[in-house]
Amino acid sequence: MSLSVDHIHKKHKGNLVVAQDICFTIEKGELGALIGPSGCGKTTLLRMIAGFETPDSGSISINGQEMVSSGRNLSPDRRHTGMVFQDYALFPHLTVMENIRFGPVKSKRSHLDKLIRITGLLGSEKKYPHELSGGQQQRVALARALAPRPALLLMDEPFSNLDVSLRESLSEEVRFILREFDTTGLLVTHNQHEAFAMADRIGVMKDGRLLQWDTAQTLYSHPVSADVAGFVGEGSFIRGHRSASGSVETLIGSFADQGKNENYSAGITLFVRPEDVFLDHKSPFKARLIKSHFRGPGRLHTFELDSKDQFTCLTTCPIPLDLDQEYGISICNRHVSMFDIAR
Amino acid sequence: MISSIKKQSGFIISGSIALVTLAPVLFILVSGFYAESDIWIHLRQYVLPDLLKNTAVLIAGVIFTTAVLGISLAWLTSFHEFRGRRLFEKLLLFPLAIPAYVMAFIYTGLFDFSGPIQTGIRSHFPVLAGYFPEIRSSWGVIMVISLSIFPYVFLMASQGFRSMGKSMVEASQSLGSGRFFTLFRVTIPMAKPWIFGGLILVFMETLADFGAVSVFNYDTFTTGVYKAWYGFFSINAASQLASILVVIVLVIFSAESYFRRKQQFFNKGNHQPMVRNPLSGGGSVLAIGYCSLVFFMAFVIPVGQLVIWAKGVFQIEMSSHYFRLLANTFLLGIMGMGFTMAVAVVLAYSGRTMNDIKTGIAAKLSLAGYALPGTVLAVGIINVVAQLDKVFSDLLNLAGFQVSSGVLNGSLLLLPFCYMVRFLTAGYNPVFSNMTRITASMDEAATLMKVSGLTLLSKIHLPLIRRGIMTGSILVLVEIIKEMPVTLMLRPFGWDTLAVKIFELTSEGEWERAALPAITLVVAGMVPILFLSIVGRKRY
Amino acid sequence: MKNAGLILLAVLVLFSGTAAAAKDELVVYSARKEHLIKDLFEKYEKEHGVKIKYITGKAAVLLQRILSEEENTNADILLTVDAGNLWHAAEKGVLSPVDSKVLSANIPSHYKDPANFWFGLSVRARTIVYNTHKVAKKDLSSYEALSGPPWKNRLVLRTSKKVYNQSLVAMLIAAQGEENTKEILDGWVSNLAAPPYSSDTKVLEAIAAGQGDVGIVNTYYYGRLMKKNPELPLGIFWADQGEADKGVHVNVSGAGVVKYSQNRAQAIKFLEWLSAVDAQKIFADANMEYPVNKAVTPHSYVQGWGDFKESTLNLAEAGRLQAQAIKLMDMAGYK
Repeated sequence: MSLSVDHIHKKHKGNLVVAQDICFTIEKGELGALIGPSGCGKTTLLRMIAGFETPDSGSISINGQEMVSSGRNLSPDRRHTGMVFQDYALFPHLTVMENIRFGPVKSKRSHLDKLIRITGLLGSEKKYPHELSGGQQQRVALARALAPRPALLLMDEPFSNLDVSLRESLSEEVRFILREFDTTGLLVTHNQHEAFAMADRIGVMKDGRLLQWDTAQTLYSHPVSADVAGFVGEGSFIRGHRSASGSVETLIGSFADQGKNENYSAGITLFVRPEDVFLDHKSPFKARLIKSHFRGPGRLHTFELDSKDQFTCLTTCPIPLDLDQEYGISICNRHVSMFDIAR
Repeated sequence: MISSIKKQSGFIISGSIALVTLAPVLFILVSGFYAESDIWIHLRQYVLPDLLKNTAVLIAGVIFTTAVLGISLAWLTSFHEFRGRRLFEKLLLFPLAIPAYVMAFIYTGLFDFSGPIQTGIRSHFPVLAGYFPEIRSSWGVIMVISLSIFPYVFLMASQGFRSMGKSMVEASQSLGSGRFFTLFRVTIPMAKPWIFGGLILVFMETLADFGAVSVFNYDTFTTGVYKAWYGFFSINAASQLASILVVIVLVIFSAESYFRRKQQFFNKGNHQPMVRNPLSGGGSVLAIGYCSLVFFMAFVIPVGQLVIWAKGVFQIEMSSHYFRLLANTFLLGIMGMGFTMAVAVVLAYSGRTMNDIKTGIAAKLSLAGYALPGTVLAVGIINVVAQLDKVFSDLLNLAGFQVSSGVLNGSLLLLPFCYMVRFLTAGYNPVFSNMTRITASMDEAATLMKVSGLTLLSKIHLPLIRRGIMTGSILVLVEIIKEMPVTLMLRPFGWDTLAVKIFELTSEGEWERAALPAITLVVAGMVPILFLSIVGRKRY
Repeated sequence: MKNAGLILLAVLVLFSGTAAAAKDELVVYSARKEHLIKDLFEKYEKEHGVKIKYITGKAAVLLQRILSEEENTNADILLTVDAGNLWHAAEKGVLSPVDSKVLSANIPSHYKDPANFWFGLSVRARTIVYNTHKVAKKDLSSYEALSGPPWKNRLVLRTSKKVYNQSLVAMLIAAQGEENTKEILDGWVSNLAAPPYSSDTKVLEAIAAGQGDVGIVNTYYYGRLMKKNPELPLGIFWADQGEADKGVHVNVSGAGVVKYSQNRAQAIKFLEWLSAVDAQKIFADANMEYPVNKAVTPHSYVQGWGDFKESTLNLAEAGRLQAQAIKLMDMAGYK
């Protein structure tokens, strides 16, 4: 295990919990990602792993060595972690090469050359950071963090300052570079697509809790809670109730109970992705179209039920429908998730 | 043609300012060429070698001491938290209110053979008597001058450290540099422009100082200048020596510009404010002890002595005359400050919009006035003024007005002008280092919004550099309040200031009587300094 | 733009110094400190209705100012605290000679310029002081004697930069020639108990505290210090009193009329008044000095120091030989 986070807990002044019993691991060479809304605690968690903040309890190990535990809190400079900061934090008074060579470990010339080549910084070694573009600066930050061959590379919203096309190409490059150097990584981002594209494992956080730690696919198709479902990808919530026969009844259809809760009187809500909603004129279940717009190659329709619940439907057919009309809807059963409504 | 003038406007402005401030300096340089050779030969053989050695020792010693004191205290108060930290940040600026010559006569008075300390040792610990070091030596004068001007370095270094943001230090740590190495590889280098700005002020003040070194009878270049003038009555030989001072300073300026060239020190982008490292136990005691010791030596001892003396003579000295002195001091101070800062902002601004070599040179030349000892500069100014006066009176006579004496000479405006030439550097440096924060894209955004010219200046730029302007204003004001030689020479009738009064009394050996105006001057200086510490509190 | 120009001109004129001195006004540039002249000047104003405006400053600075101002100068009178300064003022052409019977009558000839460019108004003596516990009067004789071996590590002196010492050495050169004076200086330097002090008062304090046993100071500094602390073990000794000796070195605080003065007649009247009995008493007593006018007796406190033979060498020599004196002091290493 390259990174092991165990029962990390931290409370800020005034009883605000920023980390609640967080546990996850990342294997060597893997890239993990933490996503979640602003204020969910992902950056704080990253900084605790780096050593800039101290948890109240729990432990963190890197490559089997304990960094943080009940008796111990290693200072950041002793942790063999590399960090890419959101604002890159390049030393403005040093050249690119001097920035990259800053780490105390005397990196071999060949290693540095390889780094510079791979990050596409060849020819820029003698320039100063203010002479570079945003993308170049980011690469310098990356090269600088990798130069001392850290056991773990941490990245705090590394692409947030870049434009879209650059973001995509750079995230691919970063993944490639990490694989080349067989470095474990952990990335914090508010952009899910980035996380999906790059990471082997993704953690969804909210209010200091790590809701789910899984592969992208699993998060998408099997979210463990309504929060996760609502955060990952697109989808809609439709309320329903349990029937005596053990099925779940909604205005959009009848579904088999996924058996998550023993309490039969509790309400239940369905979570449905737009691509699993189909127009079916034969279906007995109807909904009223309230919005519709082009989303290449097809359209995204928004429907409303009598219960005032709304849901979206993604079609590949570009033909517009009439607003305010009722249409037959059917749902693909297999991909529906169900969550109990907490009392 | 108009557009090309506009393009060159930055250079024209800074060039004009340079010309105006340089005129007196140039006069000094030119008269240096007419120096009597026999005086010069004598000086070169018997006087100059010692002067050079002493001056070098003094400058090196003061720069080293103020750098160590200023940077260490700035590091302590910027990056750590301990009890009394906020208080010390203010207190450590107070020594600026004490003129170096006052500090000098207090310390020599205390530690001389006949002073209370040595007398006490002789009576209670006679064994130790022979071992007490002589305060009137190089280390004594280095210490006294350093104590009175280290706050410049402290102030500038603090500003530099605070402008850094925490990610720099964290980046360094994430790359394996512990706190100690980070200090020397990242923190101090990144604050270099600020630290250098402070050290340049220290350098020039030490070079131009006459009062303090006279008390110590320590011969420096500047005392050589006065020897040539007061002793040999050769203003030309004095000018010659003074010119060397100017050349030295210009060389230093050029060297600094050359070495800095492409480096940038300010990181654009978001800045998380620095997180302070809390100190406890032994660390806290050390921090508080260190700050207290410096404050004690630089402020408590001198002010304490002044209070003791002043109490003794209060009845004799105090009169309504004092309020007149105080009023004069402040009036002149504020006039000088206003004028100086206006010029400083214009100069900094023009240098910024142009950003080419010749404007930069013009800007730097304007600062040369700081290197000249006050009275020498005043002579330069008097001569320029006398020439101008001749022109004026000729013109006025032609126009039919009968004028028999000078127009500019004796005018109240002469002093603020002189202060400007003298102290432009102190006002310019803080403004200029602040200006680097105005990015070109801010200007472009403003242009898009059809904001330009004066509106641009007042609505966007001024608020951003406001802090630099405030710092500069306060430094200049304190300097003018303390200033003595120029004021002594050029003040109109009835415009004595506190500093002049102190001079009158101390030059007659009346230390105790001088304590009253001295303590008033210190208090007067503390008011703007308190302002300064409040300005420093505000976040960017 | 035009408006701005007019306003600027108005401001300049408003603040200008064009207030040329009126007929009943005198302007004095004084190197003598304010508290020593204020009362005297006010008295003159009361008695004669002539307002006296004055600025104080350092002599060389004031001189330079008059030099720069040339015909446009405001100054009517230059008042200094040392004859050397006056000699230089005359030398630079800043003063003009005054032919006045009153001044000639009141002021002995060795206290004024032979060509009447300047006039001494009060006398101060620069003589030897000693620690009464360590030294007896019989051990002392002349300035020169202090350069001898018996005084090794016992001499305390003020800095050579002060014009009083420069004048003293200048007069030594006038009396004994350069070579002898250089030897005297070498002897003094090797006898120093401490590096030279920046003020006479500190010299006195050092001797009282025991750092040295003898020194050379102006009499009024001695007077002031003893007035504050009467118990100090300090005594005054009149140097060079022997038959063959010239007498105690004296110096004057004096004045001259500025060449381009616009109020010459008034200025001369003022000088004459200053040389007369009433003014002389005030002028001298204010600073424990001796009046130039021999008709006036010095303050009793000052008289208490005893009579002495004073040097009658004309003080113009102090100015003439000042540059040489400084050079000699530099060569001897007398800081």
